[in-house]
Amino acid sequence: MKQWYLFIAFFRVGMLGYGGGPSSIPLVHKEVVEKYKWMSDEEFGDVLALANTLPGPIATKMAGYIGYKVAGYAGLVNALLASIIPTIFLMILVLTSLSAYKDQPWVLGMTKAVVPVVAVMLAVLTWQFYKNGQKGLGWKVNLVLVIASLVIMEVLGLHPGILIAALLAWALFSPVKQKQKDKSAKEVAAAAERKMV
Amino acid sequence: MITQWKIFLAFFIPGILGYGGGPSSIPLIENEVVDRYNWLTVKEFSEVLALGNSLPGPIATKMAGYIGYQEGGILGAFVGVFATVAPSLILLIALISLLYKFKDSPKVKKMTLYVRPAIAVMLAVMAFQFLDGSYLDIGLWQTLFLCAASFLLMEKLKVHPAFVITGALGYGAIFLA
Repeated sequence: MKQWYLFIAFFRVGMLGYGGGPSSIPLVHKEVVEKYKWMSDEEFGDVLALANTLPGPIATKMAGYIGYKVAGYAGLVNALLASIIPTIFLMILVLTSLSAYKDQPWVLGMTKAVVPVVAVMLAVLTWQFYKNGQKGLGWKVNLVLVIASLVIMEVLGLHPGILIAALLAWALFSPVKQKQKDKSAKEVAAAAERKMV
Repeated sequence: MITQWKIFLAFFIPGILGYGGGPSSIPLIENEVVDRYNWLTVKEFSEVLALGNSLPGPIATKMAGYIGYQEGGILGAFVGVFATVAPSLILLIALISLLYKFKDSPKVKKMTLYVRPAIAVMLAVMAFQFLDGSYLDIGLWQTLFLCAASFLLMEKLKVHPAFVITGALGYGAIFLA
């Protein structure tokens, strides 16, 4: 049953994602986090971040990893095929036998109307990540990081993958804050006290 | 066999050099299939690309599947897609497995937290690019109308995106033709 759900989820993602793989990110989020609850928001964010630091198509990396996580290697192949095979088949079919349709105005009109819908989905997902960041980091640090990321990516033109890799390295090599350590130490002490009582 | 090997190389290289998802690897694919192997002319390539963009699904694998099929049949399609997808997917699984071994370490938790604002910005930039493209293509009012309608349907009325996208396709076929 799991394999069937995986197939359906990524088939929908593949068939509805107009504008290349990245436009399907909100669709993957919808299926994987909201509908089937295979992952938490945090985990989805981790996978998206790491996928972005690596080269190659993003949609297939997400499908492959999520399939693997949910149902092992069979799940990997299943999710991957579900997201790419139908659209490749469509492409070959259209190019070999239906090429007369491809310049029809109504065919072009269909694709154009989906672009704003994808923009809205991306904007909604942006807002969710912003709020999640605020929850974890506090609104000041979050806002500073957002503005810094925006400047680095858009004004300085650094690729998002490099920025994310740098942030990961920073998190890894900077010392864990003393305050947090103290706090957790106090919590442990408090818990111990409660136990004693 | 030589052809299959060439197909593999032609899509392996864009797959490991293309940062930022499929669409960013398109110029790299063009470089291989047009300039290096002469499988397609520039004009043919742009036609295949235009068609690929009008169909749903990831673009890099559609290109690899179609061009592979054209050059090497069904096996060629398989080789092209495999070369596009496999290297980066294997890397991702290895990296995440490594990271999740240390899931409870405070440093890994910090990593999750620190990248969130960057992802928000990346998604926002993508949203803006889609908006801007739509504005240039179908104008301000159509873009605004479609944005407002899809926001209302998906976020307020909780309609599944599948129906909203299908509806948009229908709307476009009639009103944007």
